[in-house]
Amino acid sequence: MLVAIARRLAGMLAVMFIVATMVFFLTRLAPGDPASLMLGDQATAADVAVLRATYGLDQPLLVQYVLWLKEIASGNLGQSIFLQRPVLQAIAERAEPTFFLALFSILIAALIGIPSGIASAVWRGDRLDQAVSAGAMLAASIPSFWLGLLLIQFLSVRLGWFPVAGYGDPGASLGMRLYHLVLPATVLGIVNSALITRFTRASMLDVLSEDYIRTARAKGISEARIVLRHALGNALVPIITVVGLTAALLVGGAIITETVFGLPGIGNLVVSAVLRRDYPVIQGALIVIAGIYVIINFAIDVIYTLVDPRVRT
Amino acid sequence: MDLAGIVLFFRRLFRRKLVLFATLVLALIVVLAVLAPLVAPYSPTGMRVANRLKPPSGINWFGTDEFGRDVLSRIIYGGRASLGIGMAVVIASMLAGTTLGLLAGYFRTLDGIIMRMVDAMMSLPDILLAIFLVAVLGASAGNVVLALAIVYTPRVVRVVRGSTLVVRELPFVEAARTIGVSTWRILTRHILLNVASPILVQATFIFAYAVLAEAGLSFLGAGVPPEIPTWGTMIATGQQYADQAVWVVLFPGLAIVLSALCLQLLGDGLRDMLDPKLRKAL
Repeated sequence: MLVAIARRLAGMLAVMFIVATMVFFLTRLAPGDPASLMLGDQATAADVAVLRATYGLDQPLLVQYVLWLKEIASGNLGQSIFLQRPVLQAIAERAEPTFFLALFSILIAALIGIPSGIASAVWRGDRLDQAVSAGAMLAASIPSFWLGLLLIQFLSVRLGWFPVAGYGDPGASLGMRLYHLVLPATVLGIVNSALITRFTRASMLDVLSEDYIRTARAKGISEARIVLRHALGNALVPIITVVGLTAALLVGGAIITETVFGLPGIGNLVVSAVLRRDYPVIQGALIVIAGIYVIINFAIDVIYTLVDPRVRT
Repeated sequence: MDLAGIVLFFRRLFRRKLVLFATLVLALIVVLAVLAPLVAPYSPTGMRVANRLKPPSGINWFGTDEFGRDVLSRIIYGGRASLGIGMAVVIASMLAGTTLGLLAGYFRTLDGIIMRMVDAMMSLPDILLAIFLVAVLGASAGNVVLALAIVYTPRVVRVVRGSTLVVRELPFVEAARTIGVSTWRILTRHILLNVASPILVQATFIFAYAVLAEAGLSFLGAGVPPEIPTWGTMIATGQQYADQAVWVVLFPGLAIVLSALCLQLLGDGLRDMLDPKLRKAL
């Protein structure tokens, strides 16, 4: 079992190494010299040369790459050009809204997706099943920013039920801050419920056709108990995976929703960094976000290895 | 495939009325976009400031925008860019993804490296990777296509590789290998034809995702330049007028929802029909 975990750990490091490499070289493709970008239009050639030397930009590309990898490996993601602070600090300051948004969105998505997926599988082929499938597809077809704009328009601007944007005043209480997340979390929850619905349905259908379900039926166990105990218990493994991975993707994937609702989260940080060409922030955020995904993925794998003897091979 | 085969294909596909309906709506949207100059009631760029932000009426069915331009005409023209970008993304990601997937699935030596790259790319949310690539490449329609094609290629690679791994071990491939058929021919003839169904299914879904992603990028200001009407740029520029004229935002969004929904329904129909495992179960 330790070997399996070690192998996964190695795979995880390999993936992170590739992400870092990709991010480094792709960023270097960007038009414009980073040093002149940092200094702006008024910089003299001498200023630029000095800055290039300080950041090692006058070194050959491969040397820069190795130096950069070393910094990343020691946890230093560099300095933001515009925010005048370390990238890691900038990300940490923005983590709270993103964390709660991802948490509530995934809860809403799971609350919609899991029951409707189960119902869809139990009554497969029925009208209900078709309605759920169509509903899931509709949810996956809605641009989150459009739904967000419409909800803001009707529920916030016209009815005044929710704040229009933002995350509360700087001193706002936690309750007030979370109140600002109701609409964005609803939007993301609806849009992301589609995948969970589909997975739950497929996973339940797989399990419901197993022999032990037939045995349970033959023993006269009630249908509700069969579905909720015998089937769901076993179908839950892939469902938890997809819920976990969706949550991980929400950390960086909520950028559009954060922008619509003016939430000062990590996504918002990335968008403003892109618009200002603040490359250290873009690079750092990509690495942190990929890291979170890879770690959650790894955690799920390890939990399985511990819980499910069949995965242990 | 001969004519009878094609007829049978569509008859099977359209056995579900919803799939037929979705295909017809989709065809209508495509035809409108292609024939935009003939069918659009007004010019998409003709400004009449006196007419700005007029609600939907008999003259302007979907109302007018902040410059007095007809929203319906802009949606019809916008379909050209939105669907055109989606189509280009599908073609590019299919070509790249199929090639890499075949290589990864057939040659064990390439499998490790290709799949680790795929894992790395899939560890980033689609939209985040896309916005990063557009930032690096520069915002233009061509670069949006390139960025989204890169984003969706890994999905295709996974599907093609998975199918290739299965088909590779089938007796007819082994037979072909034994009688000395070249690797190139085995890959392009025997394997590619047998993994075509999942590729086709994937293509329709990627089309839908690409239409949505293009809109998202335009909305973030990291996509197609705002002067080109796409459904995404229409919502992006219209959002500040949503208070007074919600139709400026509502209708382009509906065009996106309708297209993405029809594409996914079609993809679902194709999957039901082409996946023999599902078919047996039905």
